[in-house]
Amino acid sequence: MNAPVQIDAATDAYSTPLDQIDVSNPRLYQEDCYFPYFERLRREDPVHYRKGGMYGDFWSVTKFKDIMHVETHPEIYSSEAKLGGISITDRPMEFRRSSFISMDPPRHDDQRRVVSPIVAPANLNNMSSIIRERTARVLDGLPRNETFDWVQDVSIELTTLMLATLFDFPVADRAKLTWWSDRATEDVNAGGIVNSEEKRLEILTEAVQVFTGMWHERAAKPPSYDLISMLAHGEATKNLVNDPAEFLGNLTLLIVGGNDTTRNSMSGGLAALCKNPSEYDKLRANPGLIPSMVPEIIRWVSPIIHMRRTAKADAEIGGKQIKAGDKVVMWYVSGNRDEESIDRPNEFIIDRARPRHHLSFGFGVHRCVGNRLAEMQLNILWEEIMKRFPRIELMEEPKRLYSNFIHGITEMKVRIPA
Amino acid sequence: MPRITYIEYNGTEHTVDVPVGKSVMQGAIENNIPGIDADCGGECACATCHVYVDEAWLGLVGLPTPGSQEASMLSFAAVTQPDSRLSCQINVTQAMDGLIVRMPEGQH
Repeated sequence: MNAPVQIDAATDAYSTPLDQIDVSNPRLYQEDCYFPYFERLRREDPVHYRKGGMYGDFWSVTKFKDIMHVETHPEIYSSEAKLGGISITDRPMEFRRSSFISMDPPRHDDQRRVVSPIVAPANLNNMSSIIRERTARVLDGLPRNETFDWVQDVSIELTTLMLATLFDFPVADRAKLTWWSDRATEDVNAGGIVNSEEKRLEILTEAVQVFTGMWHERAAKPPSYDLISMLAHGEATKNLVNDPAEFLGNLTLLIVGGNDTTRNSMSGGLAALCKNPSEYDKLRANPGLIPSMVPEIIRWVSPIIHMRRTAKADAEIGGKQIKAGDKVVMWYVSGNRDEESIDRPNEFIIDRARPRHHLSFGFGVHRCVGNRLAEMQLNILWEEIMKRFPRIELMEEPKRLYSNFIHGITEMKVRIPA
Repeated sequence: MPRITYIEYNGTEHTVDVPVGKSVMQGAIENNIPGIDADCGGECACATCHVYVDEAWLGLVGLPTPGSQEASMLSFAAVTQPDSRLSCQINVTQAMDGLIVRMPEGQH
Protein backbone atom coordinates (compact mmCIF):
# COMPACT_ATOMS: atom_id res chain seq x y z
CA MET A 1 0.00 0.00 0.00
CA ASN A 2 1.13 3.49 -0.67
CA ALA A 3 -0.88 6.61 -0.25
CA PRO A 4 0.37 9.41 -2.45
CA VAL A 5 -1.39 12.73 -2.68
CA GLN A 6 -4.81 12.62 -4.34
CA ILE A 7 -5.19 8.88 -4.09
CA ASP A 8 -8.69 7.54 -3.88
CA ALA A 9 -8.33 6.23 -0.37
CA ALA A 10 -11.64 4.37 -0.34
CA THR A 11 -10.59 2.31 -3.36
CA ASP A 12 -7.06 1.77 -2.11
CA ALA A 13 -8.26 0.74 1.35
CA TYR A 14 -10.39 -2.07 -0.10
CA SER A 15 -8.11 -3.17 -2.96
CA THR A 16 -4.90 -3.44 -0.93
CA PRO A 17 -4.35 -6.99 0.39
CA LEU A 18 -5.32 -7.00 4.05
CA ASP A 19 -1.86 -7.95 5.26
CA GLN A 20 -0.37 -5.04 3.32
CA ILE A 21 -2.49 -2.34 4.90
CA ASP A 22 -0.21 -0.07 6.89
CA VAL A 23 -2.11 2.46 8.96
CA SER A 24 1.15 3.74 10.40
CA ASN A 25 1.87 5.70 7.22
CA PRO A 26 1.90 9.35 8.41
CA ARG A 27 0.71 10.46 4.98
CA LEU A 28 -2.72 9.02 5.73
CA TYR A 29 -3.11 11.60 8.48
CA GLN A 30 -1.49 14.43 6.59
CA GLU A 31 -3.90 13.82 3.70
CA ASP A 32 -6.78 13.14 6.09
CA CYS A 33 -7.66 9.95 4.21
CA TYR A 34 -7.23 7.27 6.89
CA PHE A 35 -10.91 6.57 7.58
CA PRO A 36 -11.58 3.86 4.96
CA TYR A 37 -8.52 1.86 6.02
CA PHE A 38 -9.77 1.68 9.59
CA GLU A 39 -13.33 1.09 8.46
CA ARG A 40 -12.10 -1.99 6.64
CA LEU A 41 -9.94 -3.19 9.53
CA ARG A 42 -12.78 -2.81 12.02
CA ARG A 43 -15.01 -4.92 9.78
CA GLU A 44 -12.61 -7.54 8.48
CA ASP A 45 -9.70 -7.78 10.89
CA PRO A 46 -10.17 -5.60 13.96
CA VAL A 47 -6.97 -6.80 15.62
CA HIS A 48 -4.64 -6.64 12.66
CA TYR A 49 -1.02 -7.65 12.36
CA ARG A 50 1.21 -5.76 9.97
CA LYS A 51 4.59 -7.27 9.36
CA GLY A 52 7.27 -5.04 7.92
CA GLY A 53 5.30 -1.81 8.05
CA MET A 54 6.89 1.62 7.84
CA TYR A 55 7.33 1.52 11.62
CA GLY A 56 8.14 -2.16 11.93
CA ASP A 57 5.91 -5.06 12.91
CA PHE A 58 2.87 -4.18 14.98
CA TRP A 59 -0.62 -5.09 16.01
CA SER A 60 -3.35 -2.58 15.28
CA VAL A 61 -6.20 -2.53 17.79
CA THR A 62 -9.07 -0.72 16.08
CA LYS A 63 -12.26 -1.39 18.08
CA PHE A 64 -13.34 0.67 21.08
CA LYS A 65 -13.82 -2.32 23.38
CA ASP A 66 -10.50 -3.92 22.47
CA ILE A 67 -8.69 -0.62 23.04
CA MET A 68 -10.40 -0.40 26.44
CA HIS A 69 -9.15 -3.91 27.22
CA VAL A 70 -5.54 -2.99 26.43
CA GLU A 71 -5.83 0.28 28.39
CA THR A 72 -7.04 -1.51 31.50
CA HIS A 73 -4.37 -4.22 31.53
CA PRO A 74 -1.12 -2.32 32.09
CA GLU A 75 0.34 -5.40 33.77
CA ILE A 76 0.39 -7.05 30.33
CA TYR A 77 0.53 -4.09 27.97
CA SER A 78 3.47 -2.04 29.13
CA SER A 79 4.23 1.62 28.52
CA GLU A 80 7.86 1.37 29.64
CA ALA A 81 10.18 3.59 27.63
CA LYS A 82 12.88 0.95 27.41
CA LEU A 83 10.46 -1.52 25.85
CA GLY A 84 9.45 1.07 23.28
CA GLY A 85 7.25 3.47 25.21
CA ILE A 86 4.00 4.93 23.97
CA SER A 87 4.63 5.67 20.32
CA ILE A 88 4.83 3.29 17.36
CA THR A 89 8.26 4.70 16.50
CA ASP A 90 11.02 2.55 17.98
CA ARG A 91 13.67 5.06 18.89
CA PRO A 92 17.25 3.85 19.33
CA MET A 93 17.73 2.70 22.93
CA GLU A 94 19.87 5.70 23.91
CA PHE A 95 17.03 8.06 22.92
CA ARG A 96 14.28 6.29 24.88
CA ARG A 97 13.52 8.76 27.61
CA SER A 98 11.39 7.70 30.53
CA SER A 99 8.55 9.83 31.89
CA PHE A 100 5.47 8.98 33.87
CA ILE A 101 3.46 8.37 30.71
CA SER A 102 6.10 5.88 29.55
CA MET A 103 6.35 4.05 32.87
CA ASP A 104 4.28 1.30 34.44
CA PRO A 105 2.90 1.22 37.97
CA PRO A 106 4.09 1.65 40.66
CA ARG A 107 6.71 4.26 39.62
CA HIS A 108 4.22 5.84 37.25
CA ASP A 109 1.71 6.22 40.06
CA ASP A 110 4.11 8.00 42.39
CA GLN A 111 5.27 10.52 39.79
CA ARG A 112 1.83 11.19 38.38
CA ARG A 113 0.42 11.95 41.81
CA VAL A 114 2.97 14.74 42.26
CA VAL A 115 1.59 16.83 39.39
CA SER A 116 -2.08 15.85 39.26
CA PRO A 117 -3.21 18.32 41.98
CA ILE A 118 -2.57 21.15 39.52
CA VAL A 119 -5.77 20.15 37.72
CA ALA A 120 -7.84 19.37 40.84
CA PRO A 121 -11.32 20.93 40.81
CA ALA A 122 -10.51 23.84 43.14
CA ASN A 123 -7.44 24.78 41.14
CA LEU A 124 -9.39 24.62 37.88
CA ASN A 125 -11.86 27.10 39.34
CA ASN A 126 -8.97 29.39 40.26
CA MET A 127 -7.61 29.23 36.72
CA SER A 128 -10.88 29.84 34.93
CA SER A 129 -10.94 33.62 35.29
CA ILE A 130 -7.44 34.12 33.92
CA ILE A 131 -8.24 31.79 31.01
CA ARG A 132 -11.42 33.72 30.25
CA GLU A 133 -9.70 37.09 30.42
CA ARG A 134 -6.95 35.98 28.02
CA THR A 135 -9.35 34.28 25.66
CA ALA A 136 -11.41 37.47 25.48
CA ARG A 137 -8.30 39.54 24.80
CA VAL A 138 -7.07 37.24 22.04
CA LEU A 139 -10.49 37.12 20.36
CA ASP A 140 -10.96 40.89 20.60
CA GLY A 141 -7.66 41.36 18.81
CA LEU A 142 -8.61 39.30 15.76
CA PRO A 143 -9.06 41.03 12.39
CA ARG A 144 -12.49 41.36 10.75
CA ASN A 145 -13.29 40.61 7.16
CA GLU A 146 -9.72 39.54 6.62
CA THR A 147 -8.24 36.08 6.18
CA PHE A 148 -5.92 34.94 8.97
CA ASP A 149 -4.44 31.74 10.38
CA TRP A 150 -6.59 30.49 13.27
CA VAL A 151 -3.88 28.04 14.34
CA GLN A 152 -1.25 30.70 14.87
CA ASP A 153 -3.41 33.54 16.15
CA VAL A 154 -5.82 31.63 18.37
CA SER A 155 -4.99 27.98 19.02
CA ILE A 156 -1.25 28.35 19.56
CA GLU A 157 -1.57 31.66 21.35
CA LEU A 158 -4.13 30.42 23.88
CA THR A 159 -2.56 27.05 24.60
CA THR A 160 0.92 28.49 24.96
CA LEU A 161 -0.29 31.13 27.40
CA MET A 162 -1.94 28.34 29.39
CA LEU A 163 1.24 26.32 29.39
CA ALA A 164 3.29 29.32 30.51
CA THR A 165 0.90 29.66 33.46
CA LEU A 166 1.11 25.98 34.37
CA PHE A 167 4.92 26.13 34.40
CA ASP A 168 5.08 29.73 35.66
CA PHE A 169 7.28 30.22 32.62
CA PRO A 170 8.16 33.76 31.45
CA VAL A 171 5.29 34.80 29.18
CA ALA A 172 7.61 36.80 26.93
CA ASP A 173 9.52 33.59 26.10
CA ARG A 174 6.42 31.45 25.56
CA ALA A 175 7.15 30.83 21.86
CA LYS A 176 9.95 28.55 23.07
CA LEU A 177 7.37 26.22 24.59
CA THR A 178 5.62 25.80 21.24
CA TRP A 179 8.98 25.32 19.55
CA TRP A 180 10.08 22.58 21.95
CA SER A 181 6.67 20.94 21.85
CA ASP A 182 6.66 20.75 18.06
CA ARG A 183 10.26 19.53 17.88
CA ALA A 184 9.65 16.90 20.58
CA THR A 185 6.98 15.15 18.50
CA GLU A 186 8.25 15.83 14.99
CA ASP A 187 8.55 12.71 12.83
CA VAL A 188 12.15 12.42 11.66
CA ASN A 189 10.86 11.50 8.19
CA ALA A 190 8.65 14.57 7.87
CA GLY A 191 11.29 16.55 6.02
CA GLY A 192 11.39 19.18 8.75
CA ILE A 193 13.94 20.48 11.20
CA VAL A 194 14.24 17.35 13.33
CA ASN A 195 15.69 14.89 10.83
CA SER A 196 17.43 12.70 13.42
CA GLU A 197 17.17 11.84 17.08
CA GLU A 198 20.53 13.57 17.60
CA LYS A 199 19.05 16.78 16.22
CA ARG A 200 15.99 16.45 18.43
CA LEU A 201 18.13 15.97 21.52
CA GLU A 202 20.28 18.96 20.60
CA ILE A 203 17.20 21.21 20.42
CA LEU A 204 15.56 19.81 23.53
CA THR A 205 18.76 20.12 25.54
CA GLU A 206 18.08 23.86 25.57
CA ALA A 207 14.76 23.11 27.28
CA VAL A 208 16.54 21.02 29.88
CA GLN A 209 18.96 23.86 30.59
CA VAL A 210 16.24 26.49 30.91
CA PHE A 211 14.07 24.31 33.13
CA THR A 212 17.03 23.19 35.24
CA GLY A 213 17.64 26.82 36.14
CA MET A 214 13.99 27.30 37.04
CA TRP A 215 14.04 24.08 39.04
CA HIS A 216 16.91 25.12 41.29
CA GLU A 217 15.33 28.52 41.93
CA ARG A 218 12.03 26.97 42.91
CA ALA A 219 13.50 24.11 44.90
CA ALA A 220 15.12 26.77 47.13
CA LYS A 221 11.78 28.52 47.70
CA PRO A 222 8.61 27.31 49.43
CA PRO A 223 6.35 25.15 47.22
CA SER A 224 4.11 27.02 44.79
CA TYR A 225 1.36 25.89 42.46
CA ASP A 226 3.29 25.45 39.24
CA LEU A 227 4.48 22.22 37.67
CA ILE A 228 8.20 22.82 38.17
CA SER A 229 7.82 23.71 41.82
CA MET A 230 5.55 20.72 42.37
CA LEU A 231 8.10 18.37 40.79
CA ALA A 232 11.00 19.97 42.66
CA HIS A 233 9.24 19.53 45.99
CA GLY A 234 7.47 16.23 45.27
CA GLU A 235 8.77 13.24 47.24
CA ALA A 236 8.80 10.95 44.18
CA THR A 237 10.30 13.54 41.83
CA LYS A 238 12.59 15.77 43.91
CA ASN A 239 15.72 14.21 42.38
CA LEU A 240 14.40 14.23 38.82
CA VAL A 241 16.66 17.10 37.81
CA ASN A 242 19.68 14.86 38.42
CA ASP A 243 18.53 12.47 35.71
CA PRO A 244 18.56 14.65 32.59
CA ALA A 245 17.00 12.00 30.34
CA GLU A 246 14.04 11.38 32.65
CA PHE A 247 13.77 15.10 33.41
CA LEU A 248 13.54 15.79 29.69
CA GLY A 249 11.06 12.94 29.28
CA ASN A 250 8.75 14.43 31.88
CA LEU A 251 9.19 17.99 30.59
CA THR A 252 8.31 16.82 27.10
CA LEU A 253 5.27 14.98 28.39
CA LEU A 254 3.95 18.02 30.25
CA ILE A 255 4.73 20.46 27.42
CA VAL A 256 3.19 18.31 24.70
CA GLY A 257 0.31 17.16 26.86
CA GLY A 258 -0.54 20.69 27.94
CA ASN A 259 -0.23 22.19 24.54
CA ASP A 260 -0.51 20.23 21.37
CA THR A 261 -3.69 18.34 22.05
CA THR A 262 -5.77 21.32 23.13
CA ARG A 263 -4.32 23.38 20.29
CA ASN A 264 -5.54 20.91 17.73
CA SER A 265 -8.95 20.63 19.35
CA MET A 266 -9.27 24.43 19.17
CA SER A 267 -8.55 24.31 15.45
CA GLY A 268 -10.33 21.07 14.64
CA GLY A 269 -13.51 22.07 16.46
CA LEU A 270 -13.94 25.18 14.36
CA ALA A 271 -13.25 23.18 11.20
CA ALA A 272 -15.87 20.61 12.25
CA LEU A 273 -18.52 23.31 12.76
CA CYS A 274 -17.74 24.99 9.44
CA LYS A 275 -18.05 21.64 7.65
CA ASN A 276 -21.27 20.77 9.46
CA PRO A 277 -23.34 23.93 9.02
CA SER A 278 -26.47 22.48 10.56
CA GLU A 279 -24.54 21.81 13.78
CA TYR A 280 -23.15 25.34 13.66
CA ASP A 281 -26.76 26.58 13.34
CA LYS A 282 -27.71 24.45 16.34
CA LEU A 283 -24.92 26.06 18.36
CA ARG A 284 -25.97 29.58 17.34
CA ALA A 285 -29.53 28.80 18.33
CA ASN A 286 -28.43 27.40 21.68
CA PRO A 287 -24.94 28.20 23.02
CA GLY A 288 -25.99 26.20 26.08
CA LEU A 289 -24.89 23.17 24.05
CA ILE A 290 -21.22 24.11 24.45
CA PRO A 291 -20.58 21.73 27.40
CA SER A 292 -21.74 18.76 25.32
CA MET A 293 -20.17 20.07 22.12
CA VAL A 294 -16.72 20.24 23.68
CA PRO A 295 -16.30 16.50 24.37
CA GLU A 296 -17.80 15.82 20.94
CA ILE A 297 -15.11 18.04 19.42
CA ILE A 298 -12.46 16.13 21.35
CA ARG A 299 -13.85 12.82 20.07
CA TRP A 300 -14.17 14.14 16.54
CA VAL A 301 -10.64 15.55 16.46
CA SER A 302 -8.95 12.66 18.32
CA PRO A 303 -5.89 14.84 19.02
CA ILE A 304 -3.71 11.81 19.70
CA ILE A 305 -3.85 9.37 16.82
CA HIS A 306 -2.55 6.36 18.69
CA MET A 307 -0.89 5.11 21.84
CA ARG A 308 1.42 2.15 21.79
CA ARG A 309 2.04 -0.60 24.33
CA THR A 310 4.41 -3.56 24.36
CA ALA A 311 3.16 -6.96 25.49
CA LYS A 312 5.10 -8.28 28.47
CA ALA A 313 3.50 -11.73 28.24
CA ASP A 314 1.62 -13.87 25.75
CA ALA A 315 -1.98 -12.73 25.70
CA GLU A 316 -5.10 -12.53 23.59
CA ILE A 317 -6.99 -9.57 22.16
CA GLY A 318 -10.19 -10.14 20.22
CA GLY A 319 -9.26 -13.77 19.58
CA LYS A 320 -5.76 -12.99 18.28
CA GLN A 321 -2.68 -14.42 19.94
CA ILE A 322 -0.31 -11.69 21.04
CA LYS A 323 3.24 -12.77 21.90
CA ALA A 324 5.43 -11.32 24.62
CA GLY A 325 7.45 -8.50 23.06
CA ASP A 326 4.88 -7.63 20.40
CA LYS A 327 4.13 -4.01 19.66
CA VAL A 328 0.45 -3.24 20.22
CA VAL A 329 -0.96 -0.01 18.83
CA MET A 330 -4.31 1.40 19.98
CA TRP A 331 -5.70 3.60 17.22
CA TYR A 332 -7.87 6.13 19.01
CA VAL A 333 -8.88 7.66 15.67
CA SER A 334 -10.47 4.31 14.84
CA GLY A 335 -12.03 3.45 18.20
CA ASN A 336 -13.66 6.87 18.19
CA ARG A 337 -15.46 5.90 14.97
CA ASP A 338 -16.52 2.43 16.09
CA GLU A 339 -20.23 2.03 15.41
CA GLU A 340 -20.47 -0.78 17.97
CA SER A 341 -19.62 1.60 20.81
CA ILE A 342 -20.65 5.02 19.53
CA ASP A 343 -23.98 5.83 17.95
CA ARG A 344 -23.63 7.37 14.44
CA PRO A 345 -19.87 7.72 14.95
CA ASN A 346 -19.20 9.33 11.57
CA GLU A 347 -21.45 12.26 12.34
CA PHE A 348 -20.43 15.33 14.28
CA ILE A 349 -23.34 15.84 16.67
CA ILE A 350 -22.95 18.62 19.23
CA ASP A 351 -25.83 17.45 21.40
CA ARG A 352 -25.23 13.70 21.41
CA ALA A 353 -26.07 11.60 24.45
CA ARG A 354 -23.02 10.69 26.59
CA PRO A 355 -20.50 12.70 24.56
CA ARG A 356 -17.67 11.90 26.95
CA HIS A 357 -17.73 8.25 26.00
CA HIS A 358 -14.74 8.58 23.69
CA LEU A 359 -11.12 7.41 23.68
CA SER A 360 -9.33 10.67 23.02
CA PHE A 361 -8.04 10.97 26.61
CA GLY A 362 -7.21 7.30 26.90
CA PHE A 363 -8.51 5.21 29.78
CA GLY A 364 -6.99 3.42 32.74
CA VAL A 365 -4.00 4.53 34.76
CA HIS A 366 -2.58 6.66 31.92
CA ARG A 367 -5.78 8.57 31.26
CA CYS A 368 -5.00 12.19 30.43
CA VAL A 369 -4.22 14.11 33.62
CA GLY A 370 -5.35 17.39 32.12
CA ASN A 371 -8.60 16.25 30.56
CA ARG A 372 -10.87 18.51 32.59
CA LEU A 373 -8.55 21.49 32.09
CA ALA A 374 -8.61 20.89 28.33
CA GLU A 375 -12.39 20.79 28.39
CA MET A 376 -12.52 23.97 30.44
CA GLN A 377 -10.25 25.83 28.03
CA LEU A 378 -12.41 24.75 25.10
CA ASN A 379 -15.63 25.59 26.94
CA ILE A 380 -14.40 29.09 27.69
CA LEU A 381 -13.11 29.57 24.14
CA TRP A 382 -16.47 28.68 22.64
CA GLU A 383 -18.45 30.71 25.15
CA GLU A 384 -16.36 33.77 24.33
CA ILE A 385 -16.50 33.12 20.57
CA MET A 386 -20.28 32.89 20.61
CA LYS A 387 -20.55 36.15 22.56
CA ARG A 388 -18.66 37.89 19.77
CA PHE A 389 -18.81 36.14 16.44
CA PRO A 390 -22.01 34.55 15.15
CA ARG A 391 -20.04 33.11 12.25
CA ILE A 392 -16.45 32.29 11.38
CA GLU A 393 -15.74 31.05 7.86
CA LEU A 394 -13.24 28.42 6.84
CA MET A 395 -11.43 29.79 3.77
CA GLU A 396 -9.57 26.67 2.69
CA GLU A 397 -8.96 23.07 3.70
CA PRO A 398 -6.81 22.98 6.88
CA LYS A 399 -3.19 21.88 6.41
CA ARG A 400 -2.28 18.85 8.45
CA LEU A 401 0.83 17.45 10.07
CA TYR A 402 2.91 14.55 8.75
CA SER A 403 2.55 12.38 11.83
CA ASN A 404 0.91 9.14 12.91
CA PHE A 405 0.94 10.27 16.55
CA ILE A 406 -0.04 13.94 16.87
CA HIS A 407 -3.21 14.71 14.93
CA GLY A 408 -2.09 18.19 14.09
CA ILE A 409 -3.52 21.04 12.08
CA THR A 410 -0.62 23.27 11.10
CA GLU A 411 -2.50 26.03 9.32
CA MET A 412 -6.15 26.97 9.01
CA LYS A 413 -7.18 30.06 7.09
CA VAL A 414 -10.41 31.59 8.36
CA ARG A 415 -12.30 34.87 8.18
CA ILE A 416 -14.63 36.60 10.57
CA PRO A 417 -17.20 38.52 8.54
CA ALA A 418 -17.38 42.19 9.55
CA MET B 1 -36.44 -1.93 44.71
CA PRO B 2 -33.61 -0.34 46.76
CA ARG B 3 -33.80 3.43 47.13
CA ILE B 4 -30.53 5.32 46.86
CA THR B 5 -29.92 8.95 47.76
CA TYR B 6 -27.30 10.85 45.78
CA ILE B 7 -26.24 14.20 47.22
CA GLU B 8 -24.60 16.68 44.89
CA TYR B 9 -21.64 18.76 46.02
CA ASN B 10 -23.95 21.76 46.36
CA GLY B 11 -26.23 19.76 48.68
CA THR B 12 -29.01 18.93 46.22
CA GLU B 13 -30.47 15.52 47.04
CA HIS B 14 -31.82 12.99 44.55
CA THR B 15 -33.52 9.85 45.81
CA VAL B 16 -34.26 7.22 43.20
CA ASP B 17 -35.06 3.52 42.91
CA VAL B 18 -32.22 1.49 41.49
CA PRO B 19 -32.76 -2.15 40.51
CA VAL B 20 -30.72 -4.85 42.24
CA GLY B 21 -27.78 -5.81 40.03
CA LYS B 22 -27.24 -2.35 38.58
CA SER B 23 -24.30 -0.30 39.75
CA VAL B 24 -24.66 2.84 41.83
CA MET B 25 -23.15 4.70 38.85
CA GLN B 26 -25.84 3.36 36.50
CA GLY B 27 -28.51 4.47 38.94
CA ALA B 28 -27.22 8.03 38.66
CA ILE B 29 -26.74 8.04 34.89
CA GLU B 30 -30.11 6.44 34.11
CA ASN B 31 -31.85 9.02 36.28
CA ASN B 32 -29.87 11.97 34.85
CA ILE B 33 -28.43 12.88 38.23
CA PRO B 34 -25.67 15.46 37.75
CA GLY B 35 -22.29 15.13 39.41
CA ILE B 36 -21.38 11.64 38.20
CA ASP B 37 -19.80 11.70 34.75
CA ALA B 38 -18.85 8.04 34.16
CA ASP B 39 -16.83 8.77 31.03
CA CYS B 40 -15.70 5.17 30.55
CA GLY B 41 -19.18 3.71 30.96
CA GLY B 42 -18.47 1.40 33.88
CA GLU B 43 -15.10 -0.15 33.00
CA CYS B 44 -13.35 1.16 36.11
CA ALA B 45 -11.05 3.06 33.79
CA CYS B 46 -11.59 6.78 34.35
CA ALA B 47 -12.49 7.57 37.98
CA THR B 48 -15.20 10.04 36.97
CA CYS B 49 -17.97 8.30 38.95
CA HIS B 50 -16.26 9.00 42.26
CA VAL B 51 -18.52 9.18 45.33
CA TYR B 52 -18.16 9.31 49.10
CA VAL B 53 -20.11 6.56 50.82
CA ASP B 54 -22.09 7.67 53.85
CA GLU B 55 -20.43 6.52 57.07
CA ALA B 56 -23.39 4.42 58.16
CA TRP B 57 -23.18 2.39 54.92
CA LEU B 58 -19.46 1.97 54.67
CA GLY B 59 -19.48 -1.35 56.51
CA LEU B 60 -21.95 -2.86 54.05
CA VAL B 61 -20.60 -1.29 50.86
CA GLY B 62 -16.97 -1.76 51.79
CA LEU B 63 -13.78 -0.18 50.50
CA PRO B 64 -11.84 -1.09 47.37
CA THR B 65 -9.55 -4.09 47.70
CA PRO B 66 -5.96 -2.86 48.05
CA GLY B 67 -4.12 -3.31 44.77
CA SER B 68 -7.33 -3.54 42.77
CA GLN B 69 -7.95 -1.57 39.59
CA GLU B 70 -10.47 0.53 41.51
CA ALA B 71 -7.93 1.40 44.20
CA SER B 72 -5.42 2.28 41.54
CA MET B 73 -7.81 4.52 39.57
CA LEU B 74 -9.05 6.18 42.75
CA SER B 75 -5.51 7.00 43.77
CA PHE B 76 -5.32 9.36 40.77
CA ALA B 77 -8.67 11.02 41.38
CA ALA B 78 -8.77 14.45 42.93
CA VAL B 79 -10.28 15.16 46.35
CA THR B 80 -10.38 11.58 47.57
CA GLN B 81 -11.26 10.67 51.17
CA PRO B 82 -11.07 7.46 53.18
CA ASP B 83 -14.72 6.79 52.21
CA SER B 84 -14.15 7.24 48.46
CA ARG B 85 -15.42 4.66 45.98
CA LEU B 86 -15.96 4.46 42.26
CA SER B 87 -19.70 4.05 42.00
CA CYS B 88 -19.45 1.82 38.92
CA GLN B 89 -17.87 -0.78 41.20
CA ILE B 90 -20.69 -0.82 43.74
CA ASN B 91 -23.31 -3.33 42.70
CA VAL B 92 -26.67 -2.61 44.21
CA THR B 93 -28.12 -5.28 46.51
CA GLN B 94 -31.43 -5.36 48.36
CA ALA B 95 -29.51 -4.66 51.56
CA MET B 96 -28.46 -1.28 50.13
CA ASP B 97 -32.00 0.07 50.38
CA GLY B 98 -31.50 3.54 51.88
CA LEU B 99 -27.86 3.94 50.79
CA ILE B 100 -26.55 7.51 50.75
CA VAL B 101 -23.63 8.63 48.58
CA ARG B 102 -22.20 12.12 48.15
CA MET B 103 -20.51 13.61 45.13
CA PRO B 104 -17.10 15.32 45.19
CA GLU B 105 -16.43 18.87 44.08
CA GLY B 106 -15.54 17.67 40.60
CA GLN B 107 -14.97 14.49 38.63
CA HIS B 108 -11.53 14.23 37.17
